[in-house]
Amino acid sequence: MSDQNTGSGGAPEERVPAMQRLLDNPFLLLFMGVATPAALYLLWGVMELSQIPLAP
Amino acid sequence: MAVDTQAPSRGFIGASYRTCPETGLKVCSQAEALIKVNAVVAVVFLAVGGFFGLMVALTRWPAVHLLPADWFYLLLTAHGADVLLFWVIFFEVAVLYFASAIILNCRLAAPKFAWLAFVLMVVGAVLANVAVLQGESSVMFTSYVPMQAAPHFYLGLIVFAVGTLIAVFCFFGTLVIAKEEGSYEGSVPLVTFGAITAAIIAVFTIASGAIILIPTFLWSIGYISHIDPLMYKVIWWGMGHASQQINVSAQVAIWYAVAAMLLGAKPLSEKVSRMAFLMYILFLQLASAHHLLVEPGVSSEWKIFNTSYALYLAVLGSMIHGMSIPGAMEAAQRRNGFNNGIFEWLRKAPWSNPAFSGTMLSIVIFGFLGGISGVVMGTEQLNLIMHNTLYVPGHFHATVVGGTTLAFMAVSYLLVPLIFRKEIMFKKIAQWQPYVFGAGVAGISLFMMGAGTLGVARRHWDMGFSDAAMSFDYPATAFLMMGLNGIAALCAALGGLMYVLVIVCSVFFGKARTPESIAAFPTLPKTGGAATVTTYGSEAHPKLPGTVVLVSVFFVAFVLYYYVNWKYLSEVWPLS
Ligand code: HEM
Ligand SMILES: [Cu+2]
Repeated sequence: MSDQNTGSGGAPEERVPAMQRLLDNPFLLLFMGVATPAALYLLWGVMELSQIPLAP
Repeated sequence: MAVDTQAPSRGFIGASYRTCPETGLKVCSQAEALIKVNAVVAVVFLAVGGFFGLMVALTRWPAVHLLPADWFYLLLTAHGADVLLFWVIFFEVAVLYFASAIILNCRLAAPKFAWLAFVLMVVGAVLANVAVLQGESSVMFTSYVPMQAAPHFYLGLIVFAVGTLIAVFCFFGTLVIAKEEGSYEGSVPLVTFGAITAAIIAVFTIASGAIILIPTFLWSIGYISHIDPLMYKVIWWGMGHASQQINVSAQVAIWYAVAAMLLGAKPLSEKVSRMAFLMYILFLQLASAHHLLVEPGVSSEWKIFNTSYALYLAVLGSMIHGMSIPGAMEAAQRRNGFNNGIFEWLRKAPWSNPAFSGTMLSIVIFGFLGGISGVVMGTEQLNLIMHNTLYVPGHFHATVVGGTTLAFMAVSYLLVPLIFRKEIMFKKIAQWQPYVFGAGVAGISLFMMGAGTLGVARRHWDMGFSDAAMSFDYPATAFLMMGLNGIAALCAALGGLMYVLVIVCSVFFGKARTPESIAAFPTLPKTGGAATVTTYGSEAHPKLPGTVVLVSVFFVAFVLYYYVNWKYLSEVWPLS
């Protein structure tokens, strides 16, 4: 999704640094921004709750 | 800049545009109309919800004690929902459309869906209000189970959230269109990047909300017999906390935008500012755990990882923004010729322009009052001395009212002339509005924090415990604090009223902007603001002595206050 071929054939494309490619890709950021809290906050939290034994 | 292009023209994809006479930007007429309706509805909810807030504050003023208990809890619920959900999110949707279609100079994706989103949001918000005002849903903002509200309360919130999600997808769609049509080069401008951050956090927010509110709705109509209260809290705060981080991201984006538009301020470093937003995307939402710091059932590892290790990275992001925005302003002002001494750039800033003063007050109140108290309260050990006290509303009125609401008010003074194309009416009132509102909000934040430090509970109708079986006396200072809080609330409410008056009158009865009035009173001074806000680019390494001083003051205040609270904590259980 990053900005390649703007049409000018000859000139060698400047390599876009990995971090900039990440920052230029909103959908990858969207994935990371949803997956991180889903794993570290929601899943981890819910796992701990599900391990609480029920009162007899 | 051409001034004669008011008439809408048709672009090649069938969307109609006008060219803005003040900025030269191409303005998609659908985006413009949607920004207008979302912003107007937002202001209506602010007016209603702010009024409820005043009623609540006057009830908590012991000498006034305005409302009976049932009305207190009813209006407290309505206040939280109307301001924190409906005002803020309608305005944020307007910000998303502005930061995509307008700043990127392209058409809005799927305008029909954007209109559907708007209708759903209005229906949901009205439904939730009806439920609360009918009196069977005084469950407060958090609606913790096993307290049960009427089914249409939950349904209203769900419908509102579905609408918001559609709006967020229209925003992402617009990014794709802008990229495909090549309406910008390289990377998106920083303000748009901030809006992307807000939109990403919104997706997580709405997902968490769906996971918990849909079962709760089914429970309220009897299809599910039981919802575990702790499970509810964990997932609900995935929504409740994350939604505040949408606010933070949107408000920071607005700070950058106003600095760029009014002063021509470019970020000190695009890279660093973007990394700070990335910190938000990855870590800010984890801090949801700070709402469960006293909960048994979740481990200290989970609490401390989420609220400390991870959150501090996000706080680092905020501090980067907090330094880089004043820094960018200083650099721009020095470029504009205010180069004497350490603070001429600040003294000669446009303090009589409410867009500027509102933004500055928003930065200061958010950073000093909201930011510092938030880090203190989010520390597991320190949280014990203020959990569930009025310290909590004190803190978040500094963030969501002093920070977010004031930033949104500030940018409104630019939206009215640029998007509604109306003159701001009552210029003197507008000029004073951010100061009156800012002073009131700083007051309610500080006084509620003060009362909370003395132990006064939040969400409590009668701090005198007059009809309680066992009596209890708060220190007299606590009563004084709540009186002062009432006075500050009157000041904040006055500031809010001034805002609503200026904006509503200007939008509906204001004179249209004409080429003459634009030439005489340009919304954007001639500092290249429009170009700055719509392009990628950093300031070249400037010297910023003023910002260094301001940032040092902040750090000293931060460190001192943090240690004072550890000292308080040490006095809670004396050992000898
Ligand atoms: C005129 C301005 C305002 C005044 C005087 C005011 C005052 C208050 C007071 C006194 C409380 C109750 C504290 C308690 O007893 O627990 C409260 C709660 C709250 N306020 Fe405000 N407020 C104002 C504006 C706002 C705005 C603009 C927002 C959001 C953007 C906001 C968000 C909230 C929330 C979320 C609660 C908590 C509701 C709950 O506990 O369920 N307030 N406010
Ligand atoms: Cu939170």
